[in-house]
Amino acid sequence: MDFRLGPKSDAFRDEVRAFVAEHVDDDLLERANATGTMHDWDVHHALGSRGWIAAGWPVEYGCQGRDPYEMTALKDELRLAGVPQDGIGNTMIVANTLRHVGTEEQKRRFLPPALAGEYIFALGYSEPDSGSDVAAAKTRATRDGDEWVINGQKMFTTLAHEARYVFLLARTNVDVPKHKGLTMFIVPLDAPGVEIQPVHTLGGERTNITFYTDVRIPDTLRVGQVDGGWEVMTVALTFERGGTGLTEAHRLWQETVAWARATMRDGRPVIDDPLVRERLANTAIDNEIAKLFAYRVSWVAAEGGLPGVEGSMHKLWYAERLNAAASELLDMLADDGPLAPGAPGAPVDGLVEHTYRHAPVTTIYGGSSEVQRSIIAERGLGLPRSRR
Amino acid sequence: MDLALSDDQERLVSVLQTFFAKESPPDRVRDAEPLGFDPELWSKFAELGGPGIGPGAAVLDLELICEPFGAALAPLPLVDVLVCARLLEAAGADGADVLRAATGTPPLVATIALHPGVDGVVRRVPAGAVADIVVGLDGDELVAVTAPPDHRSPPNLGATPMADRSLRGSRRVLATGWRATELAARAADEWRILTAGALVGLAGAALDIGVAYAKSRHQFGVPIGSFQSIARDLADAATAVDGARLLAREAAWAADEAPADLAALASMAFLFAGRTAQQAAGTALHVHGGYGYMLEYDIQLYYRRAKAWTLAAGDPRRGVQHLADALFGPVEGAR
Repeated sequence: MDFRLGPKSDAFRDEVRAFVAEHVDDDLLERANATGTMHDWDVHHALGSRGWIAAGWPVEYGCQGRDPYEMTALKDELRLAGVPQDGIGNTMIVANTLRHVGTEEQKRRFLPPALAGEYIFALGYSEPDSGSDVAAAKTRATRDGDEWVINGQKMFTTLAHEARYVFLLARTNVDVPKHKGLTMFIVPLDAPGVEIQPVHTLGGERTNITFYTDVRIPDTLRVGQVDGGWEVMTVALTFERGGTGLTEAHRLWQETVAWARATMRDGRPVIDDPLVRERLANTAIDNEIAKLFAYRVSWVAAEGGLPGVEGSMHKLWYAERLNAAASELLDMLADDGPLAPGAPGAPVDGLVEHTYRHAPVTTIYGGSSEVQRSIIAERGLGLPRSRR
Repeated sequence: MDLALSDDQERLVSVLQTFFAKESPPDRVRDAEPLGFDPELWSKFAELGGPGIGPGAAVLDLELICEPFGAALAPLPLVDVLVCARLLEAAGADGADVLRAATGTPPLVATIALHPGVDGVVRRVPAGAVADIVVGLDGDELVAVTAPPDHRSPPNLGATPMADRSLRGSRRVLATGWRATELAARAADEWRILTAGALVGLAGAALDIGVAYAKSRHQFGVPIGSFQSIARDLADAATAVDGARLLAREAAWAADEAPADLAALASMAFLFAGRTAQQAAGTALHVHGGYGYMLEYDIQLYYRRAKAWTLAAGDPRRGVQHLADALFGPVEGAR
């Protein structure tokens, strides 16, 4: 066994740290907090020009063929610096899907600019009446010659206001079981009939509802077979689960420890308080396990496997423990805890307060904790399919 | 990075699994209560190599041995004798005679006290009731005391052979001053790691029992494992068991490969393995419904030991403070 990521990964990590030092500053983080848009074009373009949006893709795509351990180093360092990266995440889900099931023309058209950082994608899966039961989507796509006409509504189309396209799941057949009547499309967000309405969230992030009224797109923007959308979704969801690096909780811990060392309370450094030490030490345990789960996903990928249960355990653990950490660390800050980012005297610049508001969504998006537990119970433990 | 075991390690684990399955089935575990020591198992263990396999071995290999040991709840002070033999070896020439006795044919049972002596007495020594040799800190001296055990332990939750022992009398001083403290600290870290391994084994075995029961037990016409609230608890326990196993192995690996991280990782691994063992055994017991409360079902054996093995090192919340010292440095002016 070897728990080190290795010299290649370490060397790349140094490069990423230098990049972060050059491109990430407080202004950027404040901008993201102020707008709630977890995407920054300056960083995105800078990452694109480095070839780091899809750094792990092979050289024939103009990428660098970085191995999973190098990718882990990249993700770790961007996360620890607090770089908003929802745009990269969405775009890579779509890019990975196109790479596996897209037509040659789609690959030629979309992949080079997306990987260069010219534009980003949004994801259009959820609807008012379908979240975890994503296959119950009602948004309709109706064939009209060489075109499709789309009508419906999507919830939580995060970054739709910054993205060029939405990767849209639509119903193309109502006469078959729900999984068999879906088709995936790439829909330009500037097409006539698309309306974007902002949604403001507990964690301060902006997301959107998107409305589609007689939106016409050519058949060339269909991804996969007609009524084969579920197969495409399965590919896409594989790339949504897991995540292979450190999480928000690691940054939260790092910043809080730095604050506790530097801050005096009642004439003593905060870090000397046994109640503070207990919370920070317990969070360190949870984070070490989150790291091991993340790195295990990288290891499975590096060995040529597809992380299934391993990815679910990682997602479940980090999301649940991030909530626990935010709550415990906020308790530890006592009556200063509620002070928000920007408030005078806010400990850790309000990061703990902000994380407490943000953490609940992590148990929902990317497959809810309940979905992950079902996967672990059924695929991992071989328990019978539960009633759902 | 490589999270797979080597071929040699796979063989090692497989040999130990077979050994404990044969020599320590649940009936033998029950028969060894309340003392928690099976002399025949000790002889068989001695034939397999005994405490002598400790010195010179990679800590990771020893941790891997402790997983099947814990899974079988084997009535054998495996962790204590392995760690003690390594400590005696590390003590060098001053520990050579004692080490020979502890690894001879047949070997004497040599254990370590996890807390310093007070007025020459070490309390609740994990294998104190069966140990011929006890190693512990007496003031600024690390000493090895040889004295016959009385094979009696106070009735206790985990049926462990714990007992108070004296560090005075026929004793050998192994080290003094900072060297004594350093040796004892290293041994305590290794004890935490190997006990974490044993607790991971216990947790995994308890989970397996709970999962098997949830698949076979029917209520309302279906297996109870198809109920979401049952599946949820088992999935949470399974996640914790995987995490605890990765962490215990990482700590064991660090003992030889990344010593700067050893103290923190050993504490983390031990604390989390203890919590996980309690979670897994508690969940599995609960899944059994009323049957889990009957002594006849094996799950109670796991439930009791999960807590008892954890408490051998003291109040877990003090353990968290110990971890904080490793992470942030000790608090100035604190004791």
